[in-house]
Amino acid sequence: MPKTMQKTKNSEDKLILGGCEFNSRFILGSGKFSLDKTKLVIEKGEVEMATLALRRANSGTDSILDYIPKGIALLPNTSGARNAEEAVRIARLARELGCGDFVKIEVINDTKYLLPDNAETVKATEILAKEGFIVMPYMYPDLISARQMANAGAAAIMPLGAPIGSNKGLLTKDFIKILVDEIDLPIIVDAGIGRPSQACEAMELGVSAVMANTAVATANDVGLMAEAFKLAVQSGRKAWLAGLGRVLEYEAEASSPLTGFLEDLED
Amino acid sequence: MSELMQNVLAKSGEYNYKSYTENHVRTVLSKLAKFEKLNLFDFGVILSPAGGAFLENFAHYAKTETRRYFGNSVSLYTPLYISNYCDNSCSYCGFNCKNEINRGKLTLNEIETEFKTIVATGLEEILLLTGESRKKSDVGYIGEAVTLAKKYFKTIGLEVYPLEVDEYAHLHKCGADFVSIYQETYDKQTYAIHHPEGPKSDFDYRFCGQERAIKAGMRGVSFGALLGLWDFRKDAFATGVHAFLLAREHPHIELSFSVPRIRAAHLKSESELIQEPVGERELLQVMLALRLLLPYASINISTRERSKFRDNVIGLVANKISAGVKVTVGGHNESQSQKGDGQFALSDERSVEQIHVAIIDKGLQPVYTDYVLV
Repeated sequence: MPKTMQKTKNSEDKLILGGCEFNSRFILGSGKFSLDKTKLVIEKGEVEMATLALRRANSGTDSILDYIPKGIALLPNTSGARNAEEAVRIARLARELGCGDFVKIEVINDTKYLLPDNAETVKATEILAKEGFIVMPYMYPDLISARQMANAGAAAIMPLGAPIGSNKGLLTKDFIKILVDEIDLPIIVDAGIGRPSQACEAMELGVSAVMANTAVATANDVGLMAEAFKLAVQSGRKAWLAGLGRVLEYEAEASSPLTGFLEDLED
Repeated sequence: MSELMQNVLAKSGEYNYKSYTENHVRTVLSKLAKFEKLNLFDFGVILSPAGGAFLENFAHYAKTETRRYFGNSVSLYTPLYISNYCDNSCSYCGFNCKNEINRGKLTLNEIETEFKTIVATGLEEILLLTGESRKKSDVGYIGEAVTLAKKYFKTIGLEVYPLEVDEYAHLHKCGADFVSIYQETYDKQTYAIHHPEGPKSDFDYRFCGQERAIKAGMRGVSFGALLGLWDFRKDAFATGVHAFLLAREHPHIELSFSVPRIRAAHLKSESELIQEPVGERELLQVMLALRLLLPYASINISTRERSKFRDNVIGLVANKISAGVKVTVGGHNESQSQKGDGQFALSDERSVEQIHVAIIDKGLQPVYTDYVLV
């Protein structure tokens, strides 16, 4: 078990996924980096969990697996799967290759927008959770589907903020907020986060972690951008824990138009 | 004991309303200003003494929420007591088996006569009530009353003793779709004091009644504590937590609240064990907190309250009001003599027509049915 995943005694603010504790709430997607930059980004971003596309890990030479430092929790994803059955097959393969029990389910059946198929994702979640995987489904932020995934045994829910790779930020903010309010699992924003400020905003909403890849990978200085994301995520988390202060709200007038009928001394 | 019950008791056990300050209240107001959903922490803040200083502000937001979910509509219904035999000895209740009152139970013919009288007033929703006596008012009898009610009413609710799942399923099949079970108090010790004997002394069984009703397919369940039996803020908090957590498990369920209270005038007559009377201001605070936590839930205002209070809370925080109420066994139809004494004293004896006019006068819309049995 990687060091970062060991149980800690104190009651510090930890992200808990499938019984494992993490200090970092910034999850790195690894699909878009030049392989030799991966280690730098992980270090600068103080990342403790990184995704990996099994279809890339599976190649014979120069596997991405060789570039992710030891001690980092691997989150293999099922990219390439077009339905539940294929996702299940890819997940099992990842486990056989020694990637551990975490799996991010990605079922994409649309090559133009690359939007996830929630119904198939629910099916895959159920099957894999029964097989003991720590299942983290990537999904379109829909409350009913999220409930179905939670009931199927998901360990977290990963709604998209915007179409993958778009860097458009939290287009689905209001719907993600609904998931934060209604689902008793960590909500992790995946896809669409383009700037550290957007990652911070997501954390202020109360999501448990943020995942980003393109936003870091497309920066001029990937190491510096990873660090910027780390700080933004930490900042948003602290703001959420602190409880955002009030903004100027409606102030009642001195008279009591709505409660003037009350009788303090009755009977 | 269900998992839900454990969670509710744990969460409400931790509630310490003295710990909140004006700053907490302002943060909640700020969330409301941004139309953010409130959580159980915010609910606790609104119910606290600190929150009590901001009733006018909360009323403003509650009115917005009430209008958002219910528009101008105010639903009307009436209760019908079909039997007042009871095996319990609840300290505050007129039906206490130790009270020497006139006991009675309506025959199906008498029930039908009552139904006809009620329907003639325009009402389409009825709440059937009994005391808790499995001998005198068994499930078969209640089922027959429900089946008969289906001929006359669009919506049938039940406020009878808590039942088993298969019994609820039977009554659901007969045509009832809504179940009210009031826990009275969420504090086990206080509960034991006020419900010393009879089947109602089983706190846990009563607590899990809503869950059984839902399992049986009922569409809606109602919650309530008799405020004043125990610390009313804690009981109000537990009531909200109960509904809130149940709704997380069963998001399709329609929630509803009643907010009966112990009033100063009742203290001597009802029981000396009661902790403190609850004033109108505090009652409104509870209603506002429930509305803001669960804005879509139905909130009912009882005839225990005076007409002026009732007229002012409809449209503001309540969306449902009873009318033409009798708390005796029978009593709607004057030609048949009432068969049993009443459960509590009324403060608003207005007829359906009078309530109808009062609602119109407030610029609101009386609604007699908003439901179809499917």
